[in-house]
Amino acid sequence: MSPHLIVLPIVLPLIAGVLLLRTRQGNPRIKRWLGVGATLALVVISALLVERASSGEIAYYALGDWQPPFGIVLVLDRLSALMVLLTSVLALGCVIFACGGDDEQGSNFHGLFQLQLMGINGAFLTGDLFNLFVFFEVLLLASYALLLHGGGKSRTQAAVHYVVLNLAGSSLFLIAVGTLYGATGTLNMADMAARIAELPDDRTGLVTAGALLLLVVFGLKAAILPLYFWLPRAYAAAPAPVAALFAIMTKVGIYAILRVFSLIFGEQAGGLAALQQPWVWWLALATLAVATLGVMAARDLRLLVAYLVLVSVGTLLAGIGMGTTEATASLLYYLIHSTLVTGGLFLLAEMIGLQRGKAGTRIVRGRPLTQGGALAMLFLAGAVAVAGLPPLSGAIGKALLLDAATPEQQPWLWPLLLISGLAAIIALSRAGSTLFWRSQKGERDGEPLPRQHWVGATLLLATSPLLVALAGPVSDYTQAAAEQLANPDAMVRTLLSDAGDAS
Amino acid sequence: MESLYAITTGVLSACGFYLILRGRTFPVVMGLTLLSYAVNLFLFSMGGLTTHGATIIDGKTSYADPLPQALVLTAIVIGFAMTAFAVILAMRARGDMGNDHVDGGRNREDREETRR
Repeated sequence: MSPHLIVLPIVLPLIAGVLLLRTRQGNPRIKRWLGVGATLALVVISALLVERASSGEIAYYALGDWQPPFGIVLVLDRLSALMVLLTSVLALGCVIFACGGDDEQGSNFHGLFQLQLMGINGAFLTGDLFNLFVFFEVLLLASYALLLHGGGKSRTQAAVHYVVLNLAGSSLFLIAVGTLYGATGTLNMADMAARIAELPDDRTGLVTAGALLLLVVFGLKAAILPLYFWLPRAYAAAPAPVAALFAIMTKVGIYAILRVFSLIFGEQAGGLAALQQPWVWWLALATLAVATLGVMAARDLRLLVAYLVLVSVGTLLAGIGMGTTEATASLLYYLIHSTLVTGGLFLLAEMIGLQRGKAGTRIVRGRPLTQGGALAMLFLAGAVAVAGLPPLSGAIGKALLLDAATPEQQPWLWPLLLISGLAAIIALSRAGSTLFWRSQKGERDGEPLPRQHWVGATLLLATSPLLVALAGPVSDYTQAAAEQLANPDAMVRTLLSDAGDAS
Repeated sequence: MESLYAITTGVLSACGFYLILRGRTFPVVMGLTLLSYAVNLFLFSMGGLTTHGATIIDGKTSYADPLPQALVLTAIVIGFAMTAFAVILAMRARGDMGNDHVDGGRNREDREETRR
């Protein structure tokens, strides 16, 4: 297999994005085919990457053939391959949905979408701390513009908060990276892991400060408790395909926490090992509790789904906070499920809103839906999956997580996770019965929805039964990924062996 | 030299954070700019401050760490683009919302202003 395959998930969206920006005034048909075609190619490439990574091999791609630790590297292991595949599948659903007309509400949708994919894929693949910052900025810049796509008061207002908060976050990221570079003298994550093992005692404080600053930054991206207030508003205001793609953005933060703290601050770090654990664990539980309240209080379907994203963030971070290999394996399974299902629910909320005219997605009595039956069935499937009821994938994900908790953690995690599930069931059934059953008398005069909307939303929601059918292979893969993650030595050896020969 | 540098960075970031927490968009954009200056200075010093050092490596004399210089260039470029975007966004928010409050301005003082 070509060694250049690893860099393709970044280069392909870049080329497609540039081409799409060039033809910004062009025929929407061409732009749509180009956007969908590029995303489809990305799915194929990332599937090949997953197949390659599943053997357990850690591959790296040295850009410009500058060998690590001096050059910039892209690293492919089981976790990064999985995240890239997840991104591309989610993006395929979003981009197909957007072809139903959302892309023509403003300019440059498809071009910005591809650039955002480039940023997300880059953040998942990079093995360099400063490059992680650069790719964060790429994905954020594209997301700022996408959030404003279509315009409108609520979007501008949400965007002001989102942009200012993330700019401040970027500054903190740079300070953290600077501190860690000053203390260790490297930016390559594997090299940093090796150097932290032999860190002089007087620099411990500096590294701790840098690491916790990084945790703040990633926590801001992941929307952990004191830093989540931007999320519900931004996600509820964003155009549907963008909000659905944003479902992966919180996971970028979670991935970064997993990657940085398991690799750099793994067992070899001595006194600094797992220094994020207590913070993440308690804040995750608090996030879960607050998000549950938000789910119950939401009076708008999109806001409800935004809080469900927050519930999934709390659940996933609790998985990180547990800190065992089993917990990581089960959180990865839950991550795949929650990203795709909440993405699908954002798309579905938009479809429901379009058919209800003025009432939109607000959970109030509105006019009857034209295609109510089919929408209600999709909503039922999505609600069952996201609330974690059998037979869909949410149940398996939650059961795995509950099972992974140690006896000391169980009294905290079990009630919170189960109550959040109950709250989701109550809120979703209340929303569903209002939206579909308690409609006013009136004509069913809404326009039928475009075919692309159905394909996009169904594609994302259909992954839930697929994840159940393939639960065995998927959980084997996540288990292997978690074991690989818990053993950072292998990555350090792979990345630094060549450099050792050269010196 | 070091203490002067540290004080400058600290004062800049303190002013930046204070301004970011203000209620109107213009001070917030100014705050972001100041903060990015502070961060650039900080990044520049992260390899340790070298005075009278050579810029390139000849292996013998003391030289300045070249990596922070490369990083700070990247950070400047990104920060500049972000500031431009934040300014445009603030102007658009002013146009859409009719005032320059970061929250869209729902306090009483503001409503009185519009009534006048």
